[in-house]
Amino acid sequence: MKVFIDYIRSLFLLELLKGLQLTGRYLCAKKFTIQYPEERAPMSPRFRGLHAQRRYENGEERCIACKLCEATCPALAITIEAAPREDGSRRTTRYEIDLFKCIFCGYCEESCPVDAIVESRTYEYCFENRGENIMTKEQLLAHGDKHEVQLAKDLEAQAPYR
Amino acid sequence: MPEIRNYTLNFGPQHPSAHGVLRLVLEMDGEVIERSDPHIGLLHRGTEKLAETKPYNQSIPYMDRLDYVSMMQNEHAYVLAVEKLLGIEAPIRAQYIRTMFDEITRILNHMMWLGTHALDIGAMTVFLYCFREREDLMDCYEAVSGARMHAAYYRVGGVYRDLPDEMPRFAASDLKRDKSELDRLNENRQGSLLDFIEDFTDRFPGCVDEYETLLTENRIWKQRTVGIGVVTADRAKALGFTGPMLRGSGVEWDLRKKQPYAAYDKVDFDIPVGLNGDCYDRYLVRVEEIRQSNRIIRQCVDWLRENPGPVMVENHKIAPPKRAAMKSDMEGLIHHFKLFSEGYCTPPGEVYAAVEASKGEFGVYIISDGANKPYRLKLRAPGFAHLMAMDEMAKGHMLADVVALIGTMDVVFGEIDR
Repeated sequence: MKVFIDYIRSLFLLELLKGLQLTGRYLCAKKFTIQYPEERAPMSPRFRGLHAQRRYENGEERCIACKLCEATCPALAITIEAAPREDGSRRTTRYEIDLFKCIFCGYCEESCPVDAIVESRTYEYCFENRGENIMTKEQLLAHGDKHEVQLAKDLEAQAPYR
Repeated sequence: MPEIRNYTLNFGPQHPSAHGVLRLVLEMDGEVIERSDPHIGLLHRGTEKLAETKPYNQSIPYMDRLDYVSMMQNEHAYVLAVEKLLGIEAPIRAQYIRTMFDEITRILNHMMWLGTHALDIGAMTVFLYCFREREDLMDCYEAVSGARMHAAYYRVGGVYRDLPDEMPRFAASDLKRDKSELDRLNENRQGSLLDFIEDFTDRFPGCVDEYETLLTENRIWKQRTVGIGVVTADRAKALGFTGPMLRGSGVEWDLRKKQPYAAYDKVDFDIPVGLNGDCYDRYLVRVEEIRQSNRIIRQCVDWLRENPGPVMVENHKIAPPKRAAMKSDMEGLIHHFKLFSEGYCTPPGEVYAAVEASKGEFGVYIISDGANKPYRLKLRAPGFAHLMAMDEMAKGHMLADVVALIGTMDVVFGEIDR
């Protein structure tokens, strides 16, 4: 009897038709595709994208050149040189992140004692020329200035967890 | 009549079904494989050597990049090894979080495997459906760690941060659709991450049924997998198989049951075993594993909801203090600086810790000479042992079956080449 049933099943392509029925159902169902770049997927405040350097509200840069991020970076992507400024305070004279080396692990953000270096929500960027993969201090600060509102919001949202 | 000689055929590394950078040199007799010789090393990045040059914590992000479809499980093996060396144990909540994310990772891995394996053998639709559900799990990864893949979430002594109380939602500004559609998309994102995962576990078994509708009884699928690459239980053991490859051959061996780590001894699940040891059985084993993973995740969600608590050890020689403490307390600041620059020293000794990763036993062996970095780190990648059996499994099969074999072995070159 089982042989007979199997034979009937095989003859009438039942399992193939079942599969077709399923795909047919999805053909008519509502689509869930997100039309990037017009539409974007949700992003959590923990997101680790392109780096940025932040400033205090009075415009002073936060980074104090403690070099902790440089020390903790697993990929050795950060290069820092520091010297006293005219007013006597210690600041970085050079702060560079090599984006080819960076593995976006977030350790720099985690280690920074003054919340200066952060990883922003920016995830689309490209380089057109050689050497543009190295983000200079000016670029980092400019990127931070541009997204400061979002960065501050994300840091605040994460404060209870860290 | 002239004598016909065997000829050799290069399969990969650019072949779309070579899963990354596998290069096979096949000796063919017509279309039948006489001998197959995997050439590896095209993705070698020297992870083991790199780990010798940096403090323990800084190697965690590199572990993600070994088997890059089951990221957190690799981290888990590494942090377990260092914890064993230090003689510490993560808090119970962290252990449950690890268990839950290990299983989420297993589903991620098996769905990647199912989709690409089916795609290799000619079934397109399963791939699309698998990636649809993967997207939800990727969102869980991102919500908890900030990265969709390379999480760097597990830490020695626990996990980095507790689970978020809010799930990221689609924003109206990002999504140019009408309000009702936005609400529909955000429906399961109203609560916490745990609510989102719970909703996922509710609907996921139905999705697995859909994949099975498309494949399990399908005659083309069966023709391509039944009786292909048969490995007997004895041979599987002799070849060093682990994970679904071993269980597909009928050996009931699972580290989650045999040497329970994290919270696996506190959750209830079954180990599926195959009968014939062919590609089809391994497919069935993996699909059942997906269902069992779903069960484990559900149990972890229920436990995590009931039991808040710390997710990191309190020992600030190993885990950094809370940020608030670091900013207000001198001792906290010192601990913070010490940890992120020098790290911590482990007692001298040798440890081996292994987890049941999605592909098999992923082990980390550390020799420490008492410094703040390992003297030697050795990674045991399950895929390496499986790939070694390529010759034995492929012998006598047709060229097209090699694709099915690569698929069934679930090779990922990140871990094989290291």
